[in-house]
Amino acid sequence: MKPMFKWTALALALCLPLSANAHRAWMLPSATVLSGEEPWITVDAAVSNDIFYFEHFPLQIEGVGEPLVMPGQNPAAKAPARPRAQLQIFRPDGSLAQPQFGNTGRYRSTFDVQLNQKGTWKLAIANHGLLARYKENGEMKRWSGQAADFAKHVPKDAEQLQVTETSSRMEVFVTSGQPSEHVLQPTNNGLELVANTHPNDLFAGEAAKFTFLLDGKPAADLKVTVIAAGIRYRDELNDMQLTTDKDGAVSITWPQAGMYWLEAISSQPIKNPASPASQKRASYTATLEVLAP
Amino acid sequence: MLKHALAVCALATSLSVSAADLQIEIEIPRLDVAEYHRPYVALWIEQDNQHITDLNVWYDLKMKNNEGEKWLKDMRQWWRRSGRSLELPVDGVSAATRAVGTHTVNFSRDSAALKPLKAGNYELLVEAAREVGGREILRIPFSWPAQQTQVARAQGSSELGRITLTVNP
Repeated sequence: MKPMFKWTALALALCLPLSANAHRAWMLPSATVLSGEEPWITVDAAVSNDIFYFEHFPLQIEGVGEPLVMPGQNPAAKAPARPRAQLQIFRPDGSLAQPQFGNTGRYRSTFDVQLNQKGTWKLAIANHGLLARYKENGEMKRWSGQAADFAKHVPKDAEQLQVTETSSRMEVFVTSGQPSEHVLQPTNNGLELVANTHPNDLFAGEAAKFTFLLDGKPAADLKVTVIAAGIRYRDELNDMQLTTDKDGAVSITWPQAGMYWLEAISSQPIKNPASPASQKRASYTATLEVLAP
Repeated sequence: MLKHALAVCALATSLSVSAADLQIEIEIPRLDVAEYHRPYVALWIEQDNQHITDLNVWYDLKMKNNEGEKWLKDMRQWWRRSGRSLELPVDGVSAATRAVGTHTVNFSRDSAALKPLKAGNYELLVEAAREVGGREILRIPFSWPAQQTQVARAQGSSELGRITLTVNP
């Protein structure tokens, strides 16, 4: 692959809902259940094929290290000049914390968080925007960005114009002391998980109930995939394929303790006179830790 | 510091004042390992898998900045059932870790720990977790109050040795 193409692929991996064979973006916390006064966690963030292995690109995050420049690559020519992911670290009371000791390496970004408030914290990377494909002067073009910038960048008379509303959300939950609920409140924008079972109270052999919302409404018949860590050391992916019921709920019984990656994707046609989009694609992913009872 | 002093007083009082209504002998086994740390141990009572009352938590109370609390979560069940909701140290519950050997702890029915117990069937839980080591949890059923002296035992296989529970009428 030529470098340019790689970067484009990476950018797409970050802003598109992640399909089964796409590279996956994820964050992996060092711990999710902590005791002590003001414990620290460290978090890895990467884009890879196999969950929780660093083998493709770092997940580049604003405020975490420097943008990745490969040896021999001219920093100025780094293309495309796409903004890095916006990470939000919510304290239990909803206020925002900053990542510390950030670094971006060849395969992963890392950052630390000191949990200086008791309760449940949420780390979230959420994106909402438009993706347009169209033909201009006989050439296929692709644009993605904020809805407000659409008219500026995509010609009005673009041929074969296909516009998709995209929305993605990646979350990690971490609790110091007693689990709390404040950060679990949905924003009612995009695809979200409502934790009927607290996401830091998951135990092997027990069932957890999660409800999914799409723009605040129950997401029925949604496909949810759950994959346990450690893919490299087994032959089968052993992914759990679940479908939400009419209330948007799924029940997941964790087969064993460990880290899990959960993904839900919805894709549906939309008819909204205010939007140029004809499709809406939304994804939700979370890294969840299940403890042994 | 005052809190610690109070905790010690409370414990001393409970030991001296009355005959033990509930006595637990806990064996911390000698382990042939290169790096040995005394285990963290939690003792508590449950009924129908619901936490009722904490008896003791042995952990490193002396580290600066309460850093010993960092590993309390390794007693996973106790942390889930009770520890995570506590403001530590807890008077009469928090105590220092103990050396290899058999230790006896006594509780009177009037103690803060046992007062919440209504008549019924319960389980004593003993959970141990050791730094650079493993974790083990044992359960011993008993009924309260005892009509006659009940003695029940459980044998650990890794982090705990023999646990003997005596409930006196």
